[in-house]
Amino acid sequence: MAKNKRRRLTTEDIVFDTINYIILTIVIIVTLYPFIHVLAVSFNDAIDTVRGGIYLFPRKFTTFNYVSILNDPEIYNATIISALRAIIGSVLNVIASIIVAYAISRRDFVLRGIVSKIFTYSMYFTSGLIPYYLLIRDLHLMNNFLVYILPGIVSAWNIMVVRSYIDGLPASLVESAKLDGASELRIIFSIIFPLSVPVLATITLFVAVGQWNSWFDTMLFCSMNPNLSTLQYELQKVLQSTQQFTQQASFDMGLRNNSNSVTPESIRAAMTIVAVVPIMMVYPFLQKYFVKGLTIGSVKG
Amino acid sequence: MSANATTETLSREEIINYRKDNRKKFFKKLSQQKELVLIVLPFLILLLIFSYVPLWGWIIAFKNFNPALGISNSPWVGLENFKMLFEDPTFYQSIRNTLGISILKYFLGFFSSITLAVLINEVRNMKFKKTVQTISYLPHFVSWVVAASIVLDVLSPDGVINQLLLKFHIIKQSINFIGVPHLFWPLMALSDMWKEVGWNSIIYLAAMTAIDNELYEAASIDGAGRIRRIFSITLPSIVPTIKILLILNAGWILNAGFEQVFLLSNPMVIDYSQTLELYVYNYGIPMGRFSFATAAGIFNSVVSLAMVTLANRISKALSGESAF
Repeated sequence: MAKNKRRRLTTEDIVFDTINYIILTIVIIVTLYPFIHVLAVSFNDAIDTVRGGIYLFPRKFTTFNYVSILNDPEIYNATIISALRAIIGSVLNVIASIIVAYAISRRDFVLRGIVSKIFTYSMYFTSGLIPYYLLIRDLHLMNNFLVYILPGIVSAWNIMVVRSYIDGLPASLVESAKLDGASELRIIFSIIFPLSVPVLATITLFVAVGQWNSWFDTMLFCSMNPNLSTLQYELQKVLQSTQQFTQQASFDMGLRNNSNSVTPESIRAAMTIVAVVPIMMVYPFLQKYFVKGLTIGSVKG
Repeated sequence: MSANATTETLSREEIINYRKDNRKKFFKKLSQQKELVLIVLPFLILLLIFSYVPLWGWIIAFKNFNPALGISNSPWVGLENFKMLFEDPTFYQSIRNTLGISILKYFLGFFSSITLAVLINEVRNMKFKKTVQTISYLPHFVSWVVAASIVLDVLSPDGVINQLLLKFHIIKQSINFIGVPHLFWPLMALSDMWKEVGWNSIIYLAAMTAIDNELYEAASIDGAGRIRRIFSITLPSIVPTIKILLILNAGWILNAGFEQVFLLSNPMVIDYSQTLELYVYNYGIPMGRFSFATAAGIFNSVVSLAMVTLANRISKALSGESAF
């Protein structure tokens, strides 16, 4: 504050800043506390948690909740499936985005108008749940890993974002490469790709996070095949069962005595943390890029 | 007359020739660019399959769809499904719930994200500013399943909110918030705000960084204080951004947020939690009444489209600005 040479702080400034800092600190607490509480519960002994009174730290520290979910073959398998769909989904989405974006950014491309129109219009309507469900069924994608991947390969929004980025690159790059006889794929992957890394990194992260967070498609299309379950869907199932549990009896003594030191609540807490950790890990990278990505989208979108 | 006719036919011939020429040029270019066409084609096909082909499925709303017969062979029933839809009292209830939740979200969302952006913009300590931003954007990136798990934890009878209210003697007995029908709408709006306020504030913050600093300096020389500067400079400067977002989001007025409502609703609050999207899901998937559910889905899509168009018209009439 002393460094602020431009003008003296008035009383209003001081009062305003104080109140502002208090409000924003409350915002931080309200945002973070629920996460921290779940973290504390996830590391606390399950039976002890039922007594209540866990806030910021575990009271009876244990890693048993995590051990028991990681030893559950279904949850372990679901975590692998979630990771696979995030990796495969984002790689294919980026490849599709850069190829289509490159083609419609080429001013001399004969199908430029029609192709970009087809992609743009698809953003303005959706077919709705039931027709989409019937389509997936008719394509025999039910209980098939491909249902996680195929519909997400092409994303019109991402294509538009990459396209506006490529539009900003000098056209002479492509022209000189063409004169040298380079093929289109070569131009895309050895010229456009290295120059578009920032925007491609952004969409990779967004698609990966979206894939990791998906659960509804699992429930709709793959609920019959436990091998294709995802972590988020497993968490959703636990969520539903704990919700029913609190409705039936909040303090069911029988359950307290019979449980083998895990309760739905502690399992839910540990799974919630497992579902959040990867997001936390990519979050610094996300944050580095997303403001930029958002601005690109909003200017041209 | 005849002279006119000849020039007309001539020009018509010219046009035809010109078109033929163009077509030749087009196919020549197309074969030159076949590599470009070939690499785009697979993705174009994927888009057509997953975005355009299902539109064909809309016709089952006018049929009595039988999965064994397929879409084309199922018998036509005209507007029968729509008639049943409009005779169903729970359909009107779900429209009411959709509007209630989405309108609350819409206004609370705008108010909270603009306020947060203004407050963050006023912070001069860069480190604190960065911290607030980093933390407030975070919940946007977790799934609604995780967020719902957290919301249920916070709102549970022995959750933190009940404990605070008990401690300050605002309530005498803990409340199972998520089971109180009349609280469902505000809880949806509040939990959505918790998750999205930081993220939604980004666009306003971006608009605020574009404001010329000299404006603030001139105003403070004229004796304008902090509050005054917010209301006379910051807010008026972001009005165009607010307007565009208000219009763009008007199309979402029939979108109460499927995942959130689905995950947080429960049998105790069903009269206030069944939104149109849940209605479509409930009739369509668990009950398998595909035709009826599609009719409800079409209603949803058509009204949404009308809302966007209407909002755009209103904004054009009021300000001469249009989002599209």
